[in-house]
Amino acid sequence: MSLLQIDNLTVEFETSTGWFRAVDGVSVSVDKAEVLAIVGESGSGKSVSMLAVMGLLPDTAKITADRMLFEGKDIQSLSGSERRKLIGKDIAMIFQEPVASLNPCFTVGFQIEEVLRIHLGLDKKARRARAIELFRLVGLPNPEERLNAYPHQMSGGQCQRVMIAIAIACDPKLLIADEPTTALDVTIQKQILDLIMDLQARTGMGLIMITHDMGVVAETADRVVVQYKGRKMEEADVLSLFENPKSNYTKALLAALPENATGDRLTTVSDFFQGNPEPAPSAGTEGASA
Amino acid sequence: MSDIKTNDTMLEVRNIKRDYELPGGFMKPKKTVHAVKGVSFTLERGKTLAIVGESGCGKSTLARMITFIDEPTAGDLIIDGQKMDTRPGHLTAEMRQKVQIVFQNPYGSLNPRQKIGDVLGEPLAINTDMTANDRRDRAIEMLIKVGLGPEHYNRYPHMFSGGQRQRIAIARALMMNPKLLVLDEPVSALDLSVQAQVLNLLADLQDEFNLTYVFISHDLSVVRYIADEVMVMYFGEAVEYGTRDEVFSAPKHEYTQTLFKATPKADVDSIRARIAKKKAASAA
Repeated sequence: MSLLQIDNLTVEFETSTGWFRAVDGVSVSVDKAEVLAIVGESGSGKSVSMLAVMGLLPDTAKITADRMLFEGKDIQSLSGSERRKLIGKDIAMIFQEPVASLNPCFTVGFQIEEVLRIHLGLDKKARRARAIELFRLVGLPNPEERLNAYPHQMSGGQCQRVMIAIAIACDPKLLIADEPTTALDVTIQKQILDLIMDLQARTGMGLIMITHDMGVVAETADRVVVQYKGRKMEEADVLSLFENPKSNYTKALLAALPENATGDRLTTVSDFFQGNPEPAPSAGTEGASA
Repeated sequence: MSDIKTNDTMLEVRNIKRDYELPGGFMKPKKTVHAVKGVSFTLERGKTLAIVGESGCGKSTLARMITFIDEPTAGDLIIDGQKMDTRPGHLTAEMRQKVQIVFQNPYGSLNPRQKIGDVLGEPLAINTDMTANDRRDRAIEMLIKVGLGPEHYNRYPHMFSGGQRQRIAIARALMMNPKLLVLDEPVSALDLSVQAQVLNLLADLQDEFNLTYVFISHDLSVVRYIADEVMVMYFGEAVEYGTRDEVFSAPKHEYTQTLFKATPKADVDSIRARIAKKKAASAA
């Protein structure tokens, strides 16, 4: 049984010109201890589909899915309070902007202990001890002192470590990382990716890595879903995706990597579609996801 | 440092420094931050120098000094064979016209209440005697050059995507026919496919106007694609400086090597190696 299984998810937003379909019939599944990468450019619906799973979309969004199962339980039919027990505990998420996703009014120690209090009901002493342990785990120096710091007193990389510590505080079964390293430098990116991958290997949690960086995909994923304009273009294991991409869009994405440049010009996605039909999900991916 | 200057030297920077003074308080002494600690380089006309480094290494401070936004604490700045007097009030409009900058975040660098036509026309209105009609023609001409159209003239920045906004920012920088363009992480806020379009545009414009680029980035794959020369900065110092091939084939400094190791590799061999390693780890 998959850890998370989503069949035919569609998310629509109401706009002044009618309903806009941000996610169009996407099916995704993740197994225990598996690393799935969802790749696409902005507007491809990669974040929106995961926010739908987390229940973090505004009320104006219309979410429909044939099935949305977490450990065999239907997430859609959960009440608000039941969902709040699940989210943050068994399913946790790391967001793109670490500095913006922490509350500037409270110390990071308060914010991590809040999670421990609500989901695990630990007492004050146990919370403190666990928070220190978590900070040490994510490689923050002087955890005892760091707990009393406010987010603005830390660098972007440190804030992202705090976010990761909060996300893994309750030993989640599934971690969703939404562009966890986009706002960070290469050297810090490497450290954060290593940290996430190390935690994933140690705890055996499922991991969904949302990114637009093919380099990050190559370094982390077991399996990859490529999305474009809300639709799934291709699903493959990481090696076959890079070795033998099936969909035109994936080929275009790989050709746009500066390191794959041939001659003077980079191939852009629009170059690729000239003479080629507008990309449509290939028949193979439909079969694979059913 | 040689004093031999060929005719083709566009930009020469000699031992440039910038300190920032942090004000002290009661019982707290003043503190000086050395953001750039003496950097020198020369750049030929029509070439691209890439400056690489992590945040806080002083690369943006260097860009601000080259574009006269910040005054250097010490050192010389020679642009197009002319030594720049960077003291406030001593810069002429003519000097300023030679250097323009494109900022990192196209969402922050355009005034949301200014139409694109006004964004592009403003430098002309300030610096030249052109009539409104001429300014308009020139702005539309520039819009077409950067791959947009005349219909975009009357629109506001929020109506454009990130890639389009960066094209507008580039168009604005080119309005005064600069010779040197400083690009401060121009593609790091953009998607991969849009990034490729903007990099192609920059290459085309460089050929057309014989522009010299100072390209600031932390993405080594982009640098490898676009740069002729590469300088790596670390804590305010240039720890590595050479042609692209020199730096990429034989990085000398430890920090450069760390940078290379940290860059994700997207080739099939490294993926295979990673998967093999993971299998071995899970079997053990």
